Amino acid sequence: MFDVHEMEVNFGPQHPSTHGVLRVILKIDGERIIDAKPIIGYLHRGTEKLFENMSYPMCIPHTDRMDYVASATNNLGFVETVEKLMGITKQIPRRAQLMRVMLSELQRISSHLLWLATHAIDIGAMTPFFYCFREREQILDLFEEYCGARLTLNCMRIGGMPDDLPPDWLDDVEKFVDKFEDAVDEYESLLTNNRIWKKRTVGIGVISPEDAIDWGITGPPLRGSGVEWDLRRAQPYECYSELKFDIPIGKNGDTYDRYLCRMEEMRQSNWILKQCIPLVKATPVGDIKAKISKVVRPPEGEVYHSIESPKGELGYYIISDGKSQNAYRCHVRPPSFVNLQALPAMAKGHLVSDLVALIGTIDIVLGEVDR
Amino acid sequence: MPEPLMRYLIWPLVKFLVAFVIVQVIVAAMNWIERRLLGLMQARLGPNRVGKEFGIPWGLAQIIADPIKFILKEDIVPSSSEKVAYFLGPMLPLIPAFLVFCLIPYGPPPTFVVTHVNVGLLLILALTSTGVYGIILGGWASNNKYSLMGGLRSAAQMVSYEVPFGLSIVGVLMLCGSFDLVHIINYQASHIWNLFPQLIAAFIFLVAMNAENNRTPFDLPEAESELVAGYHTEYSAMKFAFFMLAEYSSMIVNCCLMVSLFFGGWTLAINGYGLTTGVLRGMGIAGGILGALIFITKVMLFMLMYIWFRATFPRFRFDQLMDLGWKWMIPLALANIAVTGIVVLLGQQFNFQGEVVLSIAGAAIIAFTLFLLLRPRAKVIHARRVSEA
Repeated sequence: MFDVHEMEVNFGPQHPSTHGVLRVILKIDGERIIDAKPIIGYLHRGTEKLFENMSYPMCIPHTDRMDYVASATNNLGFVETVEKLMGITKQIPRRAQLMRVMLSELQRISSHLLWLATHAIDIGAMTPFFYCFREREQILDLFEEYCGARLTLNCMRIGGMPDDLPPDWLDDVEKFVDKFEDAVDEYESLLTNNRIWKKRTVGIGVISPEDAIDWGITGPPLRGSGVEWDLRRAQPYECYSELKFDIPIGKNGDTYDRYLCRMEEMRQSNWILKQCIPLVKATPVGDIKAKISKVVRPPEGEVYHSIESPKGELGYYIISDGKSQNAYRCHVRPPSFVNLQALPAMAKGHLVSDLVALIGTIDIVLGEVDR
Repeated sequence: MPEPLMRYLIWPLVKFLVAFVIVQVIVAAMNWIERRLLGLMQARLGPNRVGKEFGIPWGLAQIIADPIKFILKEDIVPSSSEKVAYFLGPMLPLIPAFLVFCLIPYGPPPTFVVTHVNVGLLLILALTSTGVYGIILGGWASNNKYSLMGGLRSAAQMVSYEVPFGLSIVGVLMLCGSFDLVHIINYQASHIWNLFPQLIAAFIFLVAMNAENNRTPFDLPEAESELVAGYHTEYSAMKFAFFMLAEYSSMIVNCCLMVSLFFGGWTLAINGYGLTTGVLRGMGIAGGILGALIFITKVMLFMLMYIWFRATFPRFRFDQLMDLGWKWMIPLALANIAVTGIVVLLGQQFNFQGEVVLSIAGAAIIAFTLFLLLRPRAKVIHARRVSEA
């Protein structure tokens, strides 16, 4: 008499809260999700194949377009991998290293701000969206001041940086950094202790530490489950080993813990920026590029190198045949792609409204998932 | 013209039309007010340009521009929709939303009351609860899964919150002993605003009226991030505007009820002192207009509260919404009825004024809540930090 009628709903690719062109085929019983199947590939541009057909420096702008809300870290991962392949990691001038750290930490903050804005508006809180964009705008202004671009920065080169910092840039960063701590407090005052926010996030999409490791989840989703793993600490690159910062970890591995982790990460990034400013001021102006030949032709070999992008472990795997200026093969390990695979398991048994929160909490960017 | 005709047909019609026009102007203006106020709260500007060419300040011409846009947009009817129901959908909620305006007393009677019905409150409740049919019909007829879910959510939400909505009024009825809104308002002017003796009822009423109007944090039927736009996903142009109109009209109705039931309507008096109905009527037509202005001001304050809520709260999940309604609101409303009844009966038995006791209790609750809100609290617990050894 009471037979179950499953309904199949296409959640996306055009839907307000799929953060791009993710399509999830939902099997629902009433509002409860029986099965969620993410379909990806709507934004596939063949970036990896493109890399095989252009010289290494030409690839850098294409890395911008993968995780398009965090292009500085994409640049960083790529140039570091090529540098590792060429064996010039040690030759990068200190000023360039610090500039890279500063840009990627600013990028981390801006990416987390965008995540918070969209995550909050998905759950129905409208105001944090505008608050976050207010600060993100300032970061984008800083980027614009440095390299002329706001989103697709193309701000790093193999062997160093393209340009030195503009005269007042560090002062502008200092101004931003001083105010940003209060801004994070402001977001938290709207959400952290809000009962409805807690109801919507506590206990939603729990990932156990073991599962998280088995799935290969990295970044805030992994740390939210209580695993202390941050590549900035585990395999320090650039000058992270001499900078002080804490790794925030959660306890329960639910959406709320991941939220707390990211909020804390923004504070930590802010702290790193604060430490960097005097260090950069102490380095000689103009010393931003290692002395390498203009033509990048790495020796034969293969290398995998990964960095901590805002979303997790961003890895590049490059094979060079030693003869051409192109990579023989370049594979990207995007954190969003790997983290997204946990979605069906996280969503099962929850309600449709939770799916929206879950897509928000794993913080995917489809440009990176599909490449 | 025969006197009964004037009295029972012409005058009510004229008064209804005047009230209707004023309310519709407020509805249109609400659009602008809401966007500007949200802009103010969210560190942005809101519409501030339209009308600059004609010397109209602050983007006020947005109030006219929006309806013009709605009329001029293409009216798209999905080919697979159920046509009759699809057309009925936006119209049905409008009828009760407009009809109710002839039952609400805007100022001192008889001039500012369109029709004086002695069971006005019941009639209003009966009419407003039919508004949901249009939403369900529209959601179902669109032949869109998201719309259907929106419509069903709306139905369940209306059924659940109609109960505490109705129950919260019972306490007021027991105190005032009448279904007549005019009588209830006069009673408050000669005693005290029902807010104090019926604090819990007022709170339940506030929550339930938010839920009835599908406003944040209960805006699940339209939840734009989950259901695209819910029941009105497939509606465009004037049909969509009808849904909007109905929603804002019923928001105003609920605010009017809130003001009439708990905040003394058009009067500004306590224990018979101040601007009571008698005083206002003594001032002639000026007093009447003053009363109506007081009423509208109070109503607008509650309308602004809706906007404030919208800027503050995230959205509930569906099961949590039901939880709140059935497990908290209804028992609380029933308890309120029981306590009110007992106190009123005891008052009659032992000759003391029941509502004084209840008022003191209400004031105590307000004081305690303020204390809880304002006391210094421990800082937020952040995620555990792992420092480098």
